[in-house]
Amino acid sequence: MGVIRIFAKGLAVTFRQMFRPRVTTSYPQEKRVKPQRFHGRHVLNRHPDGMEKCIGCELCAGVCPARCIYVRGADNPPEEPVSPGERYGFIYEINMLRCIFCGLCVEACPTEAITMTQLFEMSVTERDDAIYTRDELLVNPDGSPNHPQPDGPLIDLEELTIADGWMRATASSGRAAYEGIPGWTPSAGVGLRPPEQGQAPGPDQDAGAE
Amino acid sequence: MNDWIDVLIVVIKVLVAFGIMMVATLLLIWAERKVLADMQNRIGPQRAGPFGLLQSLADGIKLFFKEPILPTRAEKTVFLLAPILALIPALLMFLVVPIGRPFFIGDREITLQAMDLNVGLLFVLAVSSMAVYAVVLAGWSSGSKYPLLGGVRATAQAISYEAALGLALVPVVIYEGTLSISELVEGQAGKAFGFPAWNIILLPSFVFFLVAAIAETNRAPFDLVEAENELVGGFHTEYSGLRFALFFLAEYINIFTMSALTATIFLGGWNGPTWDGSLPASITWIFPIVWFLLKTSAIVFVFFWVRATLPRLRYDQLMELGWKRLIPATLIWMILMAVAQAVDEFGLPWA
Repeated sequence: MGVIRIFAKGLAVTFRQMFRPRVTTSYPQEKRVKPQRFHGRHVLNRHPDGMEKCIGCELCAGVCPARCIYVRGADNPPEEPVSPGERYGFIYEINMLRCIFCGLCVEACPTEAITMTQLFEMSVTERDDAIYTRDELLVNPDGSPNHPQPDGPLIDLEELTIADGWMRATASSGRAAYEGIPGWTPSAGVGLRPPEQGQAPGPDQDAGAE
Repeated sequence: MNDWIDVLIVVIKVLVAFGIMMVATLLLIWAERKVLADMQNRIGPQRAGPFGLLQSLADGIKLFFKEPILPTRAEKTVFLLAPILALIPALLMFLVVPIGRPFFIGDREITLQAMDLNVGLLFVLAVSSMAVYAVVLAGWSSGSKYPLLGGVRATAQAISYEAALGLALVPVVIYEGTLSISELVEGQAGKAFGFPAWNIILLPSFVFFLVAAIAETNRAPFDLVEAENELVGGFHTEYSGLRFALFFLAEYINIFTMSALTATIFLGGWNGPTWDGSLPASITWIFPIVWFLLKTSAIVFVFFWVRATLPRLRYDQLMELGWKRLIPATLIWMILMAVAQAVDEFGLPWA
């Protein structure tokens, strides 16, 4: 009789599971909400006036552990400067097949020019297409990301508004006293992105209280 | 004049039965994947057709166009014959199952049963035990070790559970006094003690038969024959393309037929309320078929449910369950039923 009871118990478990919510999402019709600091495809941001933020300093290329970034800087043409600084990113290429999406380039960038979006659909049919050039990485003047399939079902332009989760997650200089105070520049199309709250320890769990 | 009409009717019946089995297979594969997905909190097939209904059709077409590989070490004739051998008994078995109430065209009675054998149950047992030959031959002729192991397991499993399958049916035969399946269904018509007079009151028989049927169709938890994680694919490891599809087809037809038989023998077949008086005859004819399909689906669901719940038995556990538990239990139950029937008929020996 014990066997029958155990057997019935097992059957009851599987039967109950039939009415539980599904864990599968019907991608691409439904997309799961990605974490704010998701490391997706890079973009090169612009200042609100349309100028490029990249100054061609090559720090991102230097810090890249996968050696997937290739940058060459050039002096700004005096008549129509591309960036506010002295130089600008004349060539900017990222090989997405080599990129490990560590985000070190974002940390290294002194001007917040390169940030990571939540876009992750980057399949290509030819290896050369996986090398994103400057034109593909730069956002449009309205702030929307350049995408090989701008009208495809996979692209979500809203995701650009959370394109620098890492920056907003870190208070300026990493000090909790600066939480909530933006330490970054506004971007074209998005404006000044709001800071992410809840970085500093709360009043009841203050780390340095004792 | 009448002869060729009779032949025509039989041909139509067989064709319809064939069609039912094909459609049932497609739906069964889809339903199994859906039920399993539900029980594992997944969604299951949903892309091909509405609710993914055409998924198995798509899979079938894919298999149809795949390359049929013939292993060099295979016994060619037997290797090619085995899938067909698997399909034939599967197709034959369903023919004795009545799927609805007989109806009349003119004064000609037409049974919704391709052949009404007076030894229907024996026929079922005979044909179902033939199915194992296909598995054994497929395993042996593949010329590879895993299929061979699957085939060897099939032999032992079939012998063990064939006995239980037959013995589980003996009490039903004693109780109903007939081997004809159509008479079995008629015997379960009406009510007894306020409940439908189904043979489910022979509950041990029902349970034994269901267990043996699951083992007989090589379904989980008795799927040692094709145990994926031990034997690659078991007996069908070396089969591909259409030949593999035939094995797959046979397996699902067997599930459907075994469920239909269980529903017919124990759950009253097509018996059920038909509201003959209150509804026109053009509507009431559908109810028996609906009842039959509902009962069959319920048993099919049990097949899937058990598969989703139980892990595969070990080989020695399979043998122990078969020989040490199932067969003695069916024997004892059979003797009890025989004694009860004898007392019912002849009275107590000392009275």
